[in-house]
Amino acid sequence: MAKMFQSNILLTISADMGGWELFQNSLWPMIQGGIKYTIPLTLISFVLGLSIALIIAIMRLSNRKYFTFPARAFVSAIRGTPLLVQLSIIFYGLGSIGLTIDPFPSAIIAFSLNVGAYASEIIRASILSIPKGQWEASQTIGMSYSQALRRIILPQATRVSIPPLSNTFISLVKDTSLASLILVTELFRKAQEIAARTYDFMLLYIEAAILYWIICFVLSIIQDRVEARLERHIAR
Amino acid sequence: MFLSVKGLTKAFGELEVLKDINLDIEEGNILAIIGPSGSGKTTLLRCLNVLEVPNKGEFTFDDGFKVNFDKPMRKKEITELRRKSGMVFQSYNLFPHKTALENVTEGPLIVQKRPKSEVIELAENILNKVGLGDKMNLYPHQLSGGQQQRVGIARALAIKPQLMLFDEPTSALDPELVGEVLKVIKDLANEGWTMAIVTHELKFAEQVSDQVIFMDEGQIVEQGPPEAVLRSPQKERTQQFLKRILNPE
Ligand SMILES: Nc1ncnc2c1ncn2[C@@H]1O[C@H](COP(=O)(O)OP(=O)(O)OP(=O)(O)O)[C@@H](O)[C@H]1O
Ligand SMILES: [Mg+2]
Repeated sequence: MAKMFQSNILLTISADMGGWELFQNSLWPMIQGGIKYTIPLTLISFVLGLSIALIIAIMRLSNRKYFTFPARAFVSAIRGTPLLVQLSIIFYGLGSIGLTIDPFPSAIIAFSLNVGAYASEIIRASILSIPKGQWEASQTIGMSYSQALRRIILPQATRVSIPPLSNTFISLVKDTSLASLILVTELFRKAQEIAARTYDFMLLYIEAAILYWIICFVLSIIQDRVEARLERHIAR
Repeated sequence: MFLSVKGLTKAFGELEVLKDINLDIEEGNILAIIGPSGSGKTTLLRCLNVLEVPNKGEFTFDDGFKVNFDKPMRKKEITELRRKSGMVFQSYNLFPHKTALENVTEGPLIVQKRPKSEVIELAENILNKVGLGDKMNLYPHQLSGGQQQRVGIARALAIKPQLMLFDEPTSALDPELVGEVLKVIKDLANEGWTMAIVTHELKFAEQVSDQVIFMDEGQIVEQGPPEAVLRSPQKERTQQFLKRILNPE
Protein backbone atom coordinates (compact mmCIF):
# COMPACT_ATOMS: atom_id res chain seq x y z
CA MET A 1 0.00 0.00 0.00
CA ALA A 2 2.68 2.46 0.99
CA LYS A 3 4.76 1.33 -1.96
CA MET A 4 1.95 2.05 -4.42
CA PHE A 5 1.38 5.47 -2.95
CA GLN A 6 5.03 6.23 -3.24
CA SER A 7 5.32 5.17 -6.87
CA ASN A 8 2.19 7.16 -7.71
CA ILE A 9 3.91 10.29 -6.59
CA LEU A 10 6.97 9.48 -8.57
CA LEU A 11 4.72 9.05 -11.61
CA THR A 12 3.64 12.66 -11.35
CA ILE A 13 7.23 13.69 -11.82
CA SER A 14 8.82 13.44 -15.23
CA ALA A 15 12.11 14.38 -16.83
CA ASP A 16 10.66 17.10 -19.05
CA MET A 17 9.21 19.25 -16.25
CA GLY A 18 10.35 22.83 -15.83
CA GLY A 19 12.60 23.65 -12.87
CA TRP A 20 10.04 25.38 -10.71
CA GLU A 21 7.38 22.76 -11.41
CA LEU A 22 9.81 19.98 -10.55
CA PHE A 23 10.78 21.78 -7.35
CA GLN A 24 7.13 22.07 -6.33
CA ASN A 25 6.22 18.52 -7.26
CA SER A 26 9.19 17.03 -5.42
CA LEU A 27 8.53 19.00 -2.28
CA TRP A 28 5.75 16.81 -0.95
CA PRO A 29 7.50 13.46 -1.48
CA MET A 30 10.57 14.79 0.27
CA ILE A 31 8.59 16.24 3.16
CA GLN A 32 6.85 12.90 3.42
CA GLY A 33 10.20 11.14 3.61
CA GLY A 34 11.05 13.58 6.37
CA ILE A 35 7.88 12.96 8.34
CA LYS A 36 7.77 9.21 7.86
CA TYR A 37 11.46 8.47 8.29
CA THR A 38 13.86 11.33 9.03
CA ILE A 39 12.00 12.63 12.08
CA PRO A 40 11.03 9.26 13.63
CA LEU A 41 14.53 7.96 12.96
CA THR A 42 16.00 10.99 14.73
CA LEU A 43 13.66 10.90 17.70
CA ILE A 44 13.80 7.16 18.34
CA SER A 45 17.58 6.97 17.92
CA PHE A 46 18.08 9.97 20.16
CA VAL A 47 16.00 8.57 23.01
CA LEU A 48 17.57 5.12 22.76
CA GLY A 49 21.00 6.71 22.34
CA LEU A 50 20.60 8.79 25.47
CA SER A 51 19.69 5.71 27.49
CA ILE A 52 22.79 3.94 26.21
CA ALA A 53 24.83 7.07 26.88
CA LEU A 54 23.71 7.32 30.50
CA ILE A 55 24.63 3.69 31.16
CA ILE A 56 28.02 4.08 29.47
CA ALA A 57 28.73 7.33 31.31
CA ILE A 58 27.98 5.75 34.67
CA MET A 59 30.08 2.71 33.81
CA ARG A 60 32.99 4.96 32.88
CA LEU A 61 32.71 6.87 36.16
CA SER A 62 32.99 3.67 38.14
CA ASN A 63 36.33 2.76 39.64
CA ARG A 64 36.05 -0.88 38.65
CA LYS A 65 37.95 -2.00 35.58
CA TYR A 66 35.30 -4.47 34.46
CA PHE A 67 32.89 -1.55 34.09
CA THR A 68 35.23 1.11 32.74
CA PHE A 69 37.02 -1.08 30.22
CA PRO A 70 34.04 -2.22 28.12
CA ALA A 71 32.60 1.29 28.27
CA ARG A 72 35.83 2.85 27.02
CA ALA A 73 36.22 0.20 24.33
CA PHE A 74 32.68 0.87 23.12
CA VAL A 75 33.18 4.63 22.94
CA SER A 76 36.52 4.22 21.25
CA ALA A 77 35.20 1.77 18.64
CA ILE A 78 32.16 3.87 17.75
CA ARG A 79 34.07 7.13 17.62
CA GLY A 80 36.95 5.57 15.76
CA THR A 81 34.94 4.18 12.85
CA PRO A 82 32.84 5.97 10.22
CA LEU A 83 29.10 5.95 10.72
CA LEU A 84 28.67 4.84 7.12
CA VAL A 85 30.82 1.78 7.76
CA GLN A 86 28.83 0.97 10.92
CA LEU A 87 25.57 1.25 8.98
CA SER A 88 26.92 -1.02 6.27
CA ILE A 89 28.08 -3.64 8.74
CA ILE A 90 24.71 -3.75 10.47
CA PHE A 91 22.64 -3.83 7.29
CA TYR A 92 24.75 -5.43 4.55
CA GLY A 93 27.31 -7.21 6.72
CA LEU A 94 24.92 -8.94 9.09
CA GLY A 95 22.56 -9.56 6.16
CA SER A 96 25.27 -11.43 4.30
CA ILE A 97 25.80 -13.85 7.18
CA GLY A 98 22.10 -14.58 7.42
CA LEU A 99 21.17 -12.07 10.11
CA THR A 100 18.93 -9.85 8.05
CA ILE A 101 17.62 -6.71 9.72
CA ASP A 102 15.27 -4.37 7.87
CA PRO A 103 16.63 -1.00 6.76
CA PHE A 104 14.74 1.10 9.30
CA PRO A 105 15.66 -0.93 12.40
CA SER A 106 19.23 -1.23 11.10
CA ALA A 107 19.42 2.55 10.93
CA ILE A 108 17.93 2.87 14.41
CA ILE A 109 20.56 0.50 15.81
CA ALA A 110 23.45 2.31 14.14
CA PHE A 111 22.31 5.80 15.08
CA SER A 112 21.45 4.84 18.67
CA LEU A 113 24.89 3.34 19.19
CA ASN A 114 26.43 6.43 17.70
CA VAL A 115 24.49 8.85 19.86
CA GLY A 116 25.20 6.54 22.79
CA ALA A 117 28.95 6.89 22.35
CA TYR A 118 29.11 10.63 21.71
CA ALA A 119 26.48 11.62 24.28
CA SER A 120 28.09 9.43 26.93
CA GLU A 121 31.13 11.70 26.81
CA ILE A 122 28.89 14.76 27.20
CA ILE A 123 27.01 13.22 30.11
CA ARG A 124 30.20 12.07 31.77
CA ALA A 125 31.73 15.54 31.46
CA SER A 126 28.62 17.19 32.90
CA ILE A 127 28.55 14.80 35.84
CA LEU A 128 32.21 15.58 36.47
CA SER A 129 31.49 19.31 36.24
CA ILE A 130 29.21 19.20 39.28
CA PRO A 131 31.26 20.41 42.27
CA LYS A 132 32.54 17.72 44.62
CA GLY A 133 30.78 19.50 47.46
CA GLN A 134 27.45 18.33 46.06
CA TRP A 135 28.47 14.67 46.42
CA GLU A 136 29.83 15.37 49.88
CA ALA A 137 26.73 17.19 51.06
CA SER A 138 24.65 14.25 49.82
CA GLN A 139 26.87 11.82 51.70
CA THR A 140 26.69 13.76 54.93
CA ILE A 141 22.91 13.58 54.95
CA GLY A 142 23.29 9.83 54.53
CA MET A 143 22.65 9.32 50.82
CA SER A 144 24.01 6.31 49.01
CA TYR A 145 25.90 6.70 45.74
CA SER A 146 22.85 5.96 43.64
CA GLN A 147 20.59 8.25 45.67
CA ALA A 148 23.08 11.10 45.33
CA LEU A 149 23.47 10.43 41.62
CA ARG A 150 19.75 10.29 40.93
CA ARG A 151 18.50 13.08 43.16
CA ILE A 152 21.34 15.55 43.38
CA ILE A 153 23.93 15.09 40.65
CA LEU A 154 21.97 14.04 37.54
CA PRO A 155 19.34 16.79 37.78
CA GLN A 156 22.13 19.36 37.81
CA ALA A 157 24.21 17.54 35.19
CA THR A 158 21.18 17.44 32.90
CA ARG A 159 21.03 21.20 32.91
CA VAL A 160 24.70 21.43 32.08
CA SER A 161 24.46 18.87 29.30
CA ILE A 162 21.47 20.25 27.45
CA PRO A 163 23.37 22.71 25.23
CA PRO A 164 25.90 20.14 23.96
CA LEU A 165 23.20 17.47 23.68
CA SER A 166 21.11 19.78 21.51
CA ASN A 167 24.07 19.99 19.17
CA THR A 168 24.23 16.20 19.07
CA PHE A 169 20.54 16.16 18.27
CA ILE A 170 20.91 18.59 15.38
CA SER A 171 23.87 16.63 14.00
CA LEU A 172 21.76 13.49 14.20
CA VAL A 173 19.04 15.04 12.04
CA LYS A 174 21.63 15.58 9.33
CA ASP A 175 23.34 12.21 9.84
CA THR A 176 20.07 10.38 9.22
CA SER A 177 20.59 11.20 5.53
CA LEU A 178 23.19 8.42 5.57
CA ALA A 179 20.33 5.97 6.04
CA SER A 180 19.59 6.57 2.34
CA LEU A 181 22.55 4.29 1.63
CA ILE A 182 20.82 1.37 3.28
CA LEU A 183 17.61 2.07 1.40
CA VAL A 184 15.59 3.86 4.08
CA THR A 185 13.36 6.16 2.05
CA GLU A 186 13.98 9.19 4.19
CA LEU A 187 14.18 12.75 2.93
CA PHE A 188 17.47 12.50 1.05
CA ARG A 189 16.68 9.09 -0.43
CA LYS A 190 13.54 10.66 -1.91
CA ALA A 191 15.65 13.38 -3.49
CA GLN A 192 17.97 10.74 -4.93
CA GLU A 193 15.08 8.73 -6.34
CA ILE A 194 13.59 11.74 -8.07
CA ALA A 195 16.96 12.89 -9.33
CA ALA A 196 17.63 9.47 -10.78
CA ARG A 197 14.56 9.93 -12.99
CA THR A 198 14.99 13.56 -13.96
CA TYR A 199 18.78 14.04 -13.84
CA ASP A 200 18.19 17.39 -12.08
CA PHE A 201 20.74 16.66 -9.38
CA MET A 202 21.56 20.27 -8.62
CA LEU A 203 17.98 21.37 -8.11
CA LEU A 204 16.87 18.36 -6.10
CA TYR A 205 19.86 18.16 -3.82
CA ILE A 206 19.66 21.87 -3.09
CA GLU A 207 16.00 21.39 -2.34
CA ALA A 208 16.90 18.60 0.10
CA ALA A 209 19.55 20.84 1.63
CA ILE A 210 17.01 23.61 2.14
CA LEU A 211 14.61 21.23 3.87
CA TYR A 212 17.33 20.01 6.27
CA TRP A 213 18.29 23.59 6.91
CA ILE A 214 14.72 24.53 7.79
CA ILE A 215 14.42 21.61 10.24
CA CYS A 216 17.72 22.49 11.91
CA PHE A 217 16.88 26.18 11.96
CA VAL A 218 13.66 25.51 13.82
CA LEU A 219 15.49 23.20 16.20
CA SER A 220 18.15 25.79 16.95
CA ILE A 221 15.48 28.36 17.79
CA ILE A 222 13.96 25.88 20.23
CA GLN A 223 17.44 25.19 21.59
CA ASP A 224 18.05 28.89 22.28
CA ARG A 225 14.76 29.21 24.12
CA VAL A 226 15.41 26.15 26.29
CA GLU A 227 18.93 27.29 27.12
CA ALA A 228 17.79 30.77 28.08
CA ARG A 229 15.27 29.21 30.41
CA LEU A 230 17.76 26.78 31.96
CA GLU A 231 20.41 29.43 32.45
CA ARG A 232 18.46 30.73 35.43
CA HIS A 233 18.59 27.40 37.22
CA ILE A 234 22.24 26.49 36.92
CA ALA A 235 24.01 27.40 40.13
CA ARG A 236 27.71 27.53 40.53
CA MET B 1 32.04 11.15 77.23
CA PHE B 2 30.12 11.43 73.96
CA LEU B 3 33.02 10.55 71.68
CA SER B 4 36.57 9.51 72.28
CA VAL B 5 39.06 9.67 69.42
CA LYS B 6 42.27 7.69 69.83
CA GLY B 7 45.37 7.68 67.67
CA LEU B 8 43.69 9.21 64.62
CA THR B 9 46.12 9.35 61.71
CA LYS B 10 45.47 10.48 58.17
CA ALA B 11 47.87 10.86 55.26
CA PHE B 12 47.34 11.94 51.67
CA GLY B 13 49.98 9.92 49.90
CA GLU B 14 53.25 10.89 51.53
CA LEU B 15 51.79 13.89 53.32
CA GLU B 16 50.82 13.16 56.92
CA VAL B 17 48.02 15.58 57.64
CA LEU B 18 46.85 14.23 61.00
CA LYS B 19 49.40 12.68 63.32
CA ASP B 20 48.11 10.63 66.20
CA ILE B 21 45.21 12.82 67.28
CA ASN B 22 43.65 12.05 70.68
CA LEU B 23 40.53 13.89 71.59
CA ASP B 24 37.48 13.61 73.81
CA ILE B 25 34.19 15.35 73.25
CA GLU B 26 31.81 15.50 76.20
CA GLU B 27 28.07 15.23 75.72
CA GLY B 28 26.59 18.72 75.32
CA ASN B 29 30.00 20.33 75.04
CA ILE B 30 31.26 22.60 72.36
CA LEU B 31 34.71 22.06 70.97
CA ALA B 32 36.37 24.91 69.09
CA ILE B 33 39.23 24.00 66.78
CA ILE B 34 41.69 26.72 65.85
CA GLY B 35 45.01 26.73 64.07
CA PRO B 36 46.86 28.04 61.05
CA SER B 37 45.92 27.25 57.48
CA GLY B 38 46.91 23.74 56.41
CA SER B 39 47.16 22.47 59.98
CA GLY B 40 44.54 19.76 59.36
CA LYS B 41 41.42 21.24 60.96
CA THR B 42 39.15 20.51 58.02
CA THR B 43 40.62 17.06 57.61
CA LEU B 44 39.92 16.30 61.27
CA LEU B 45 36.23 17.20 60.87
CA ARG B 46 36.00 15.28 57.63
CA CYS B 47 37.43 12.21 59.34
CA LEU B 48 34.79 12.46 62.07
CA ASN B 49 32.20 12.31 59.30
CA VAL B 50 34.18 9.78 57.20
CA LEU B 51 34.24 12.07 54.20
CA GLU B 52 37.89 11.10 54.54
CA VAL B 53 38.66 7.63 55.74
CA PRO B 54 41.34 7.71 58.44
CA ASN B 55 44.37 5.48 58.05
CA LYS B 56 44.58 4.58 61.69
CA GLY B 57 42.82 5.17 64.96
CA GLU B 58 39.64 4.45 66.80
CA PHE B 59 36.37 6.23 67.57
CA THR B 60 34.40 5.17 70.62
CA PHE B 61 30.92 6.54 71.25
CA ASP B 62 29.11 6.61 74.58
CA ASP B 63 26.49 4.17 73.29
CA GLY B 64 29.19 1.54 72.85
CA PHE B 65 29.55 1.98 69.08
CA LYS B 66 33.18 1.63 68.17
CA VAL B 67 35.04 1.90 64.87
CA ASN B 68 38.61 0.92 64.37
CA PHE B 69 40.27 2.20 61.22
CA ASP B 70 43.22 -0.16 61.21
CA LYS B 71 41.17 -2.48 59.03
CA PRO B 72 38.98 -1.55 56.06
CA MET B 73 35.62 -0.09 57.02
CA ARG B 74 32.38 -1.87 56.43
CA LYS B 75 29.59 -0.01 54.66
CA LYS B 76 27.37 -0.35 57.71
CA GLU B 77 29.96 1.35 59.90
CA ILE B 78 30.24 4.27 57.49
CA THR B 79 26.47 4.66 57.40
CA GLU B 80 26.22 4.55 61.17
CA LEU B 81 29.06 7.03 61.65
CA ARG B 82 27.53 9.45 59.17
CA ARG B 83 24.19 9.12 60.90
CA LYS B 84 25.75 10.40 64.11
CA SER B 85 26.99 13.72 62.83
CA GLY B 86 25.69 16.58 60.74
CA MET B 87 28.14 18.60 58.68
CA VAL B 88 28.01 22.31 57.89
CA PHE B 89 30.38 23.34 55.11
CA GLN B 90 32.34 26.51 54.65
CA SER B 91 30.84 26.92 51.16
CA TYR B 92 27.33 25.77 52.23
CA ASN B 93 27.05 23.18 49.41
CA LEU B 94 23.30 23.59 49.23
CA PHE B 95 21.47 21.71 46.49
CA PRO B 96 20.86 24.50 43.95
CA HIS B 97 17.92 22.80 42.24
CA LYS B 98 15.96 22.41 45.46
CA THR B 99 14.18 24.99 47.59
CA ALA B 100 15.30 25.77 51.12
CA LEU B 101 12.57 23.48 52.42
CA GLU B 102 13.50 20.66 50.02
CA ASN B 103 17.14 20.96 50.99
CA VAL B 104 16.11 20.34 54.58
CA THR B 105 13.58 17.56 53.93
CA GLU B 106 15.86 15.60 51.56
CA GLY B 107 17.72 13.72 54.31
CA PRO B 108 14.85 12.72 56.59
CA LEU B 109 12.47 12.03 53.71
CA ILE B 110 14.66 10.24 51.16
CA VAL B 111 17.33 8.67 53.31
CA GLN B 112 15.58 8.08 56.60
CA LYS B 113 12.20 7.46 54.93
CA ARG B 114 10.27 9.22 57.66
CA PRO B 115 6.61 10.07 56.93
CA LYS B 116 6.21 13.12 54.71
CA SER B 117 3.84 15.14 56.90
CA GLU B 118 6.10 14.64 59.91
CA VAL B 119 9.20 15.62 57.91
CA ILE B 120 7.63 18.79 56.53
CA GLU B 121 6.58 19.85 60.00
CA LEU B 122 10.06 19.15 61.31
CA ALA B 123 11.71 21.07 58.46
CA GLU B 124 9.39 24.03 58.94
CA ASN B 125 10.18 24.10 62.63
CA ILE B 126 13.90 24.00 62.03
CA LEU B 127 13.74 26.69 59.34
CA ASN B 128 11.69 28.86 61.68
CA LYS B 129 14.27 28.32 64.36
CA VAL B 130 17.10 29.52 62.12
CA GLY B 131 14.98 32.53 61.19
CA LEU B 132 14.02 31.50 57.67
CA GLY B 133 10.33 30.82 58.19
CA ASP B 134 9.49 33.21 55.37
CA LYS B 135 12.10 31.93 52.90
CA MET B 136 11.28 28.24 52.82
CA ASN B 137 10.18 28.15 49.21
CA LEU B 138 13.09 30.11 47.78
CA TYR B 139 15.98 28.54 45.91
CA PRO B 140 19.54 28.94 47.19
CA HIS B 141 20.46 31.50 44.52
CA GLN B 142 17.63 33.68 45.79
CA LEU B 143 19.13 33.78 49.30
CA SER B 144 21.98 35.79 50.80
CA GLY B 145 25.12 34.00 51.95
CA GLY B 146 24.06 34.17 55.58
CA GLN B 147 20.64 32.79 54.74
CA GLN B 148 22.18 30.01 52.66
CA GLN B 149 24.44 29.01 55.51
CA ARG B 150 21.46 28.92 57.86
CA VAL B 151 19.73 26.56 55.43
CA GLY B 152 22.94 24.52 55.50
CA ILE B 153 22.68 24.32 59.28
CA ALA B 154 18.99 23.41 59.08
CA ARG B 155 19.73 20.66 56.57
CA ALA B 156 22.31 19.14 58.91
CA LEU B 157 20.01 19.42 61.93
CA ALA B 158 17.16 17.69 60.11
CA ILE B 159 18.84 14.30 60.10
CA LYS B 160 18.79 14.52 63.91
CA PRO B 161 22.50 13.99 64.44
CA GLN B 162 24.03 13.67 67.87
CA LEU B 163 27.03 15.79 66.94
CA MET B 164 27.12 18.90 64.76
CA LEU B 165 30.29 19.64 62.82
CA PHE B 166 30.99 23.15 61.48
CA ASP B 167 33.90 23.89 59.17
CA GLU B 168 34.52 27.63 59.24
CA PRO B 169 30.81 28.29 58.86
CA THR B 170 31.22 32.04 58.53
CA SER B 171 34.44 32.51 56.61
CA ALA B 172 32.79 32.70 53.19
CA LEU B 173 30.43 35.41 54.44
CA ASP B 174 30.48 39.18 54.14
CA PRO B 175 31.30 40.62 57.57
CA GLU B 176 27.82 42.02 58.11
CA LEU B 177 26.29 38.55 57.65
CA VAL B 178 28.56 36.72 60.08
CA GLY B 179 26.50 37.69 63.13
CA GLU B 180 23.25 36.07 62.04
CA VAL B 181 24.97 32.70 61.52
CA LEU B 182 26.91 32.87 64.78
CA LYS B 183 23.68 33.67 66.58
CA VAL B 184 22.08 30.48 65.25
CA ILE B 185 25.07 28.48 66.46
CA LYS B 186 24.87 30.12 69.88
CA ASP B 187 21.19 29.20 70.08
CA LEU B 188 22.10 25.59 69.36
CA ALA B 189 24.75 25.76 72.07
CA ASN B 190 22.12 26.95 74.53
CA GLU B 191 19.88 24.07 73.54
CA GLY B 192 22.63 21.69 74.59
CA TRP B 193 23.85 20.40 71.21
CA THR B 194 27.21 18.70 71.09
CA MET B 195 29.31 20.49 68.49
CA ALA B 196 32.77 20.74 66.99
CA ILE B 197 33.48 24.05 65.28
CA VAL B 198 36.50 25.02 63.22
CA THR B 199 36.67 28.79 63.40
CA HIS B 200 38.84 31.86 63.07
CA GLU B 201 36.41 33.90 65.18
CA LEU B 202 38.31 33.84 68.45
CA LYS B 203 35.83 35.99 70.33
CA PHE B 204 33.04 33.66 69.32
CA ALA B 205 35.12 30.63 70.27
CA GLU B 206 35.72 32.10 73.68
CA GLN B 207 32.05 32.92 74.26
CA VAL B 208 30.57 29.68 73.09
CA SER B 209 33.03 26.85 73.56
CA ASP B 210 33.75 24.58 76.52
CA GLN B 211 37.01 23.37 75.12
CA VAL B 212 39.49 24.76 72.61
CA ILE B 213 42.10 22.83 70.73
CA PHE B 214 44.92 24.50 68.89
CA MET B 215 46.27 22.47 65.98
CA ASP B 216 49.48 22.89 64.07
CA GLU B 217 51.04 20.62 61.46
CA GLY B 218 48.59 17.83 62.05
CA GLN B 219 48.97 17.71 65.80
CA ILE B 220 47.04 19.04 68.75
CA VAL B 221 49.52 21.44 70.28
CA GLU B 222 47.42 22.66 73.14
CA GLN B 223 43.96 22.03 74.49
CA GLY B 224 41.87 23.16 77.41
CA PRO B 225 39.13 25.55 78.47
CA PRO B 226 38.89 28.69 76.29
CA GLU B 227 40.23 31.07 78.97
CA ALA B 228 43.33 28.95 79.31
CA VAL B 229 44.11 28.33 75.64
CA LEU B 230 43.05 31.72 74.31
CA ARG B 231 44.05 34.01 77.22
CA SER B 232 47.13 32.38 78.67
CA PRO B 233 48.47 29.78 76.24
CA GLN B 234 51.38 27.73 77.51
CA LYS B 235 52.95 26.68 74.22
CA GLU B 236 54.99 29.04 72.13
CA ARG B 237 53.33 28.03 68.86
CA THR B 238 49.92 28.87 70.29
CA GLN B 239 51.16 32.23 71.53
CA GLN B 240 52.60 33.10 68.13
CA PHE B 241 49.43 32.06 66.33
CA LEU B 242 47.20 34.11 68.59
CA LYS B 243 49.48 37.11 68.33
CA ARG B 244 49.35 36.90 64.55
CA ILE B 245 45.56 36.68 64.51
CA LEU B 246 45.02 39.43 67.05
CA ASN B 247 47.39 41.97 65.50
CA PRO B 248 47.61 41.22 61.81
CA GLU B 249 50.20 43.47 60.18
N1 LIG C 1 42.20 15.57 49.38
C1 LIG C 1 43.46 15.98 49.66
N2 LIG C 1 44.51 15.49 48.97
C2 LIG C 1 45.76 15.87 49.25
N3 LIG C 1 46.09 16.73 50.21
C3 LIG C 1 45.11 17.26 50.96
C4 LIG C 1 43.74 16.91 50.72
N4 LIG C 1 42.97 17.58 51.60
C5 LIG C 1 43.82 18.32 52.35
N5 LIG C 1 45.10 18.13 51.97
C6 LIG C 1 46.28 18.73 52.59
O1 LIG C 1 46.21 18.48 53.96
C7 LIG C 1 46.69 19.58 54.72
C8 LIG C 1 45.65 19.98 55.73
O2 LIG C 1 44.51 20.48 55.07
P1 LIG C 1 43.22 20.99 55.83
O3 LIG C 1 42.27 21.41 54.78
O4 LIG C 1 42.79 19.97 56.79
O5 LIG C 1 43.78 22.25 56.60
P2 LIG C 1 42.99 23.36 57.41
O6 LIG C 1 43.58 23.40 58.75
O7 LIG C 1 41.54 23.12 57.32
O8 LIG C 1 43.38 24.69 56.63
P3 LIG C 1 42.49 26.00 56.34
O9 LIG C 1 42.51 26.83 57.56
O10 LIG C 1 43.22 26.65 55.21
O11 LIG C 1 41.13 25.54 55.94
C9 LIG C 1 47.02 20.66 53.72
O12 LIG C 1 48.41 20.63 53.50
C10 LIG C 1 46.29 20.24 52.48
O13 LIG C 1 46.97 20.66 51.33
MG1 LIG D 1 39.91 24.13 56.41
